Amino acid sequence: MLSLLKSKLNEFFELVAKETLVYLPVDNSSGQASYQKWKEGVVYSSALNTVRSAKDFFFPQMENLMDFKMQGKSVEVVDTRVEKEDFVIFGVRACDVASFSILDKVFLADPVDTYYQNRRDHAVIISMACSKPESTCFCPLYGIDATKPEGDLSAWETEDRIFFKANTQKGEVLLNNASRLLEESEGQIVEVQRETTKKILEELPFAHLDLSKFKGENLMELFNSPKWAELSQSCLGCGTCTFVCPTCQCFDIKDFDTGHGVKRFRCWDSCMYSEFTKMAAANPRLTQLERFRQRFMHKLVYFPDNNEGTYGCVGCGRCLIKCPVSMNIVKVIKQLGEE
Amino acid sequence: MQKESLIPSVGVVTDIRQETPDVKTFRVVGLDGKKLFEHKCGQCAMLSVPGVGEAMISITSSPTNEKFMEFSVKKCGCLTSWLHSMEVGQQILVRGPYGNSFPVDTTLKGQGLLFIAGGIGLAPLRSVINYVRDNRENYGDVQIVYGSRSKEDLVDYKEILDEWAADSTIKVNLTIDKAQDNWSGHVGFVPNYVKELQPALSKTVLICGPPIMIKFTLMGLKDLGFKETQVYTTMEMRMKCGIGKCGRCNIGNKYVCKDGPVFRFDELGELPSEY
Repeated sequence: MLSLLKSKLNEFFELVAKETLVYLPVDNSSGQASYQKWKEGVVYSSALNTVRSAKDFFFPQMENLMDFKMQGKSVEVVDTRVEKEDFVIFGVRACDVASFSILDKVFLADPVDTYYQNRRDHAVIISMACSKPESTCFCPLYGIDATKPEGDLSAWETEDRIFFKANTQKGEVLLNNASRLLEESEGQIVEVQRETTKKILEELPFAHLDLSKFKGENLMELFNSPKWAELSQSCLGCGTCTFVCPTCQCFDIKDFDTGHGVKRFRCWDSCMYSEFTKMAAANPRLTQLERFRQRFMHKLVYFPDNNEGTYGCVGCGRCLIKCPVSMNIVKVIKQLGEE
Repeated sequence: MQKESLIPSVGVVTDIRQETPDVKTFRVVGLDGKKLFEHKCGQCAMLSVPGVGEAMISITSSPTNEKFMEFSVKKCGCLTSWLHSMEVGQQILVRGPYGNSFPVDTTLKGQGLLFIAGGIGLAPLRSVINYVRDNRENYGDVQIVYGSRSKEDLVDYKEILDEWAADSTIKVNLTIDKAQDNWSGHVGFVPNYVKELQPALSKTVLICGPPIMIKFTLMGLKDLGFKETQVYTTMEMRMKCGIGKCGRCNIGNKYVCKDGPVFRFDELGELPSEY
């Protein structure tokens, strides 16, 4: 197996960054990790996960879709799209890598979203296997193997080395370009680490929740469950869960008048917000109950029903950590999933 | 770069008709003077004005109209108010067509048709009515029941009188909510009127109007013996993308923008009543 001495990690980033932009998880002063662009002095964080998910790379919180110029009664549309530069995302955990294929099902479905596709096409994903999952992690519930993450390159971090395995041609090219820093070494240690991690994953408190009830044929029964009232009671409608969620992809389109033309933006939106479905005449989701129910019905029933059983959740646990009232998808699964 | 669905085309407004005190019909063509795109009966388009907003509006003209598209718009928000204030020659943005359509070339072919509309709800059905008129030999009896608050609130009143009512193969029944001086026609709500008219049970029904009208009309139709599989409607929800990605127009697992807006009532019955 090809590996890199961790002492040479900085050299590795320097080499890759000569060709393309490189993003990696970096700790801030309070120890929270976020993706940052590599430059000299930036240090890779082995944190379990970034506070914000990696969806930002492909579906940014705000993006300019197009511009308009107006004069008198005339309107001109300015296509502001530009071909993106290639970029590398290093250290994406298995859950976030799995979220990309969920986002693909939305944005790459016909008609393709070219803004998303442009970024997706230019990205090389280097995933990082987990070795210290925490109690908020529940990716095994969705069949995600945190010890063998997908992506163009899979990586495993040990005491002194990072091991690589290429899964795509993009990954192989990157390894070839960095070959002078890499050496062939015994991959046995990776297998040992994987077995140890698998035991931890197996014992995670939410790894074995019962999802059997969440399927299309139970749609009406689940929708009409009296349990939604109690579950949604504490929800503040703050939308934090939707923003940190790697699979939440609802968006708004808004125009901004700059004074010398109009810019049209796409921004993240949240189904937790009261104006999300508000129309001139009515609002089909009037209270937080309906909005709360929508979010979980979408992830656990509607989305899988439309996508060959794939749930719209990857078990990253960010919503468990961030919800100010500790209400989350695990509680919903437990409450509604029981007979 | 590849074509992007969210990027609209520029359309020119070539005619504006004041239909009712709060409904105007806009005629739109492309910059080249030709129709912007082809559509099917019941499909919609996103209309927008930079800096004001974007909204999904049903295409009220028939696909058989080769020259232009028309949109009947009720003034009720920011964008619609702006559209109501514009003049002929104004350029606006149009993208589409979006959604499914009434099955005019399959299931509805050879069928007797009963159109039931209330207020601005006539807009999406007008597309079908004129398509049927242009392919009259493909359909059986056609009856149109249309109601509004007052005579002044009947959309397309001139076309209804001059063309539809003048067509001997079409039966037109108009009603208004309250009696008024210059009205000699029927007075009363649409659901009751439909029951009084006792339409033939063999007809396929296409219905659009305020939710409350649809609800009671459907109940009335069921009392008469109609089945849900005979009745189609077209739905409305808040939309941003129109292509099933922005995540807000769903009823259960169906997106109104791409799986709808046309639904048969038995299909709607299998979905949560969140609309």
